[in-house]
Amino acid sequence: MSLPGFPEAAPLAGLIGGVLIGLAAAIMLLGAGRIAGVSGIAARAFGLAESSMPRGGAWAFVIGLPLGAWIVTTQTAAPAPAFAGPVTLVIAGLVVGIGTRLGSGCTSGHGVCGMSRLSQRSLVATATFMLTGFATVALMNAFGIGGLR
Amino acid sequence: MMRDILVPLGAGTIFGAGLTIGGMTDPARVRGFLDLFGNWDPTLAFVMGGAVLVMALAWMLQRKMLRPFLAEGFSLPDRNDITPRLVGGSALFGIGWGIAGLCPGPGFAALAIVPGEAAIFVAAMLAGMLIVRLAEGRG
Repeated sequence: MSLPGFPEAAPLAGLIGGVLIGLAAAIMLLGAGRIAGVSGIAARAFGLAESSMPRGGAWAFVIGLPLGAWIVTTQTAAPAPAFAGPVTLVIAGLVVGIGTRLGSGCTSGHGVCGMSRLSQRSLVATATFMLTGFATVALMNAFGIGGLR
Repeated sequence: MMRDILVPLGAGTIFGAGLTIGGMTDPARVRGFLDLFGNWDPTLAFVMGGAVLVMALAWMLQRKMLRPFLAEGFSLPDRNDITPRLVGGSALFGIGWGIAGLCPGPGFAALAIVPGEAAIFVAAMLAGMLIVRLAEGRG
């Protein structure tokens, strides 16, 4: 399925993926009583944040992420996606790690769980990281830096 | 207890599958969405829309529940204050997200797709988290 005017978009796959992400977050909320925020849960798993979440549960969630990705990739023949070079990945990773700890969340915790709850903090956080994300890509494209291999 | 492991394991697995099906483990697709002033790819808006819609229903149900189905009680954030730390941290996160087209969830999920590159990103991200912890004197 394609979207008029956007030949590269995959709206149906996006929607199905999004519903699954929402379902996963709903299982965490209604089953475990917790927010499915990946940066916070990962920090908890690796001993980088205090949390009331049992550490074994945090590890189980983190291990589930590549497990789910692996299950999907075994069912499809899509080529491996292009990633940035190692130096770019290190810089991006550092900034993401620092930013998500200071900002108390990422796309999942603020973007999915917080926005759907109309949390003021999450609405402000999501608007902020979307804006700086747009600006970063626009600037990198303007100066011809970055790019994926 | 088993349920403390199985619930997050199941949720994480469905989460990782959703990220992959939705194209979020492909940095080009994520950066395509962030390329608002260029060749914009709206796919991520559908991912976000689908996820937020399902979670909005979950929150409606949650408000009627005294306790979660498989745990003793709810442990949910209750802060409402907008701080410089929240805004500054989120601004930084967005910059890092734009640089490589990866946020934390897809970083972990991609360990099963492009292990070498994903491991570099995840290791650097954990190092960034450690830096914050050390800077706050709680190392």
